[in-house]
Amino acid sequence: MGGARFGRFLVQRVIKMVAMVFAIIVANFLLVHAAPGDPASVIAGEAGAADPQFLAQLRTQFGLDQPLSTQLWIYVSHVAQGDLGVSYRQQRPVAGLILERLSATLLLTGTAFVLAIAGGITLGALAARRVGRTSDSLITVLALGLYATPIFWVGLMLVLVFSVWLDWLPSFGMNTVGADLTGGAALLDTARYLLLPGLTLGLFYMAVYARLTRAAMLEVASQDFVRTARAKGVPEGGVQRRHVLRNALLPVITVAGIQAGQLVGGSILVETVFAWPGIGRLAFDALLARDYQILLGVFLATSVLVLVFNLVTDLLYAWIDPRVEIT
Amino acid sequence: MRKLTRRALARRGLSAGILAAGLAPEMLTSRLAYAQAPAKPAVAPKKGGTLNTILTPEPPVLVLGVNNQGPTAIAASKLYQGLCEYSFDLQPMPKLAKSWSLSEDKKTYTFRLQENVKFHDGHPMTAEDVIFSITKFHMELSPRARPIFANIKEAKSPDPLTVVLTLDKPFEPFMLMFDVTACAIVPKHIYDGTEYRTNPANQKPIGTGPFQFVEWQRGNFIRMKRFDDYWAPGQPYLDEIIYRIIPDSQSRALALQTGQVQLTQANDIEPFDVPRFRAMPNLEVELKGWEYASQLSWIEINHRVKPLGDVRVRQAISLAIDRNFIRDRLWFGIGKVATGPIASTTKFYDPAVAKLPGPDPKAAMQLLDAAGLKPDAKGVRFTIKHLALPYGEVWMRLSEYFRTALRQIGIEVVLETTDAGAWARRIGDWDYETSVNFLSQYGDPTLGVERSYVSTNIKKVTFTNTGGYANPKVDELFTTAREMGDTAVRQQAFTAVQKILCEELPQIWLMELAWPTIHDKKLHNVIGTAMGPNASFDNVFLA
Repeated sequence: MGGARFGRFLVQRVIKMVAMVFAIIVANFLLVHAAPGDPASVIAGEAGAADPQFLAQLRTQFGLDQPLSTQLWIYVSHVAQGDLGVSYRQQRPVAGLILERLSATLLLTGTAFVLAIAGGITLGALAARRVGRTSDSLITVLALGLYATPIFWVGLMLVLVFSVWLDWLPSFGMNTVGADLTGGAALLDTARYLLLPGLTLGLFYMAVYARLTRAAMLEVASQDFVRTARAKGVPEGGVQRRHVLRNALLPVITVAGIQAGQLVGGSILVETVFAWPGIGRLAFDALLARDYQILLGVFLATSVLVLVFNLVTDLLYAWIDPRVEIT
Repeated sequence: MRKLTRRALARRGLSAGILAAGLAPEMLTSRLAYAQAPAKPAVAPKKGGTLNTILTPEPPVLVLGVNNQGPTAIAASKLYQGLCEYSFDLQPMPKLAKSWSLSEDKKTYTFRLQENVKFHDGHPMTAEDVIFSITKFHMELSPRARPIFANIKEAKSPDPLTVVLTLDKPFEPFMLMFDVTACAIVPKHIYDGTEYRTNPANQKPIGTGPFQFVEWQRGNFIRMKRFDDYWAPGQPYLDEIIYRIIPDSQSRALALQTGQVQLTQANDIEPFDVPRFRAMPNLEVELKGWEYASQLSWIEINHRVKPLGDVRVRQAISLAIDRNFIRDRLWFGIGKVATGPIASTTKFYDPAVAKLPGPDPKAAMQLLDAAGLKPDAKGVRFTIKHLALPYGEVWMRLSEYFRTALRQIGIEVVLETTDAGAWARRIGDWDYETSVNFLSQYGDPTLGVERSYVSTNIKKVTFTNTGGYANPKVDELFTTAREMGDTAVRQQAFTAVQKILCEELPQIWLMELAWPTIHDKKLHNVIGTAMGPNASFDNVFLA
């Protein structure tokens, strides 16, 4: 591909992305404000006592006494300057709150993602090679079972086995509080906490990739070029790896691209069951509290990352399969 | 998606709980009695150790006054202190105030403060801080304190350890306003002249409490450590307290079961999980410690909606409800059946007049017939909407029970669900027909009961008289009780008002709520006052 053409492609995509982000901000803003109740009424509801002066003070402090159009204008102009605002409830900058949670989320979802892709493709390829045999049936049943089981149930069962019965792993949290570990010890500590939630989240997607890989490989395996490769004497391992698997990976990448976009959104279910301090719960709690600023910030951050991942997926296609051109 | 699964989760737990309770109800009651018996061998206090516990939901900030919700109070009461605490029968006990006295005319309160009290930043705490906290900080921030502290005509400090407060007129419940949840003492040198709600210091709370703030990883944990300059000699005993934020109730139960936490409080543990923790030999379940809050739950009635304004209809609804069933099967024996508008643990409760008859569905139907509400061909007399309280599984169950109970007397109940934000807004806007609500009574009916029934407090704000009940006689009696300094006169007024309200049923009271405090038996002195887990924990130790 030509460098100039690639550059033009990138510029076009980035312009489109900026326009979409703007539309997303406005749509989110209106949606969020359409929910009944506001942060002041939530805070009053929690306090167990309230008077009109209390509500008025809060609404003035949050700027909710301004007309909606003014609030929208203030928000958009602040975002344009890179300022995501301050959380109503926590009185801390939203950007900081999101960054704090983003690392925890990426650690969890990233681990699950790697686990899912590596395990899923391996299992799928294995099943495809031994199609019809016992090991294929076992993998297929396992994948179907994992795919069909509610994610929180898998989580609770893992906790039951590894925390309650065997007492090997902690059942919640992200690190041992108060141990003041550093370096390798701290990493090992976090890994112990990461294992169960990472596995819970990863198993589901692993099942998806295993099924997808198996189906795609079987489809590709029956095509002419594979027969040709065998006929010209390519060893079986090479046929499977270079001819079958590589061609079967396109649908896997499509799904992985979509999943990668969701990584930043975290997983409310897994984060809730394992008390993992991720971004999914931040957004969920903000929704319940009508903390518009946090909610909009999370939406914005995740939508930008989804757009970026889509772009990366498109570029990956072209890399894996030279027949796909970027235009 | 999340909602569905959470409900499914809780449903499993609930059915398991019902099974357990159904198999052995007498066992349940005997254990209840055991848990309330105070016979415990004295254990010598021991220094050291870390207390791991749970906080849920996560509070927004840890400065009392800036935020007053339940979880904030649980954690911030270790960092801040009030002038007093209250015993189980609501007598004030010294905390930051060493002693106090009241003048002959019942208008002037003189507090002597503890010596050598320091804030966590090293500044000594003086009368100036106390006066600032009362007359400025909470006066501006707290809707609960504002109407009461507004009666302070003059606040003086003749010396750094004496505070003299003079009221416009006598106000008997005044001494109930000085615990940490009502009036935490905050540092004047940090807050004076600033915008209290947005002061950056709110992110790193500075109080006088036995523990000082160390670290807060949002969504993960709050960590506090022993304050070495704490004023009470030798205290506190614990080195650290760590509050873990665990949003899922089943995960919280597991954390307690596996010993990863040694203490749970408030609504950490769902009522249906309590029976199995009672059975664990290393844990203790305590139900005391809620006497100051004395939360009373009720079916919230909007009197503007026909036919709910008719007293016979409200009496019929009350007669249709089996409160013992609610206590035993929904709350698993935790709490007491309500007998009127004033909880039995609140002052001026009068058992002679506070009585709610029932359950008696037949009598209920007769009342509805008399009100001209005859059943149609399907047996339905009328249909009302019911906004469920979105505070957790047990409240949803309660609303489902309400629907069932009312169906048997021919009232069709349509359940509406919402989330906490929309619920508060709709109650505040009077945009409901019936709902469920619960309010704290703060020890004295003037402080926590009056607000729900007097016509002068019919406002478009949550926790006022949102139902719109109005009775001039009730207004008059509450006013008398508020303005008279004499206990006997106040008792007379409250007795009369309980009698009237029990007849007119402006709200359908259900339960005097209590919350289980479950802790490892190695943890001592957890519940010693009417503040329950909102105590400072300076005398709590692990041994």
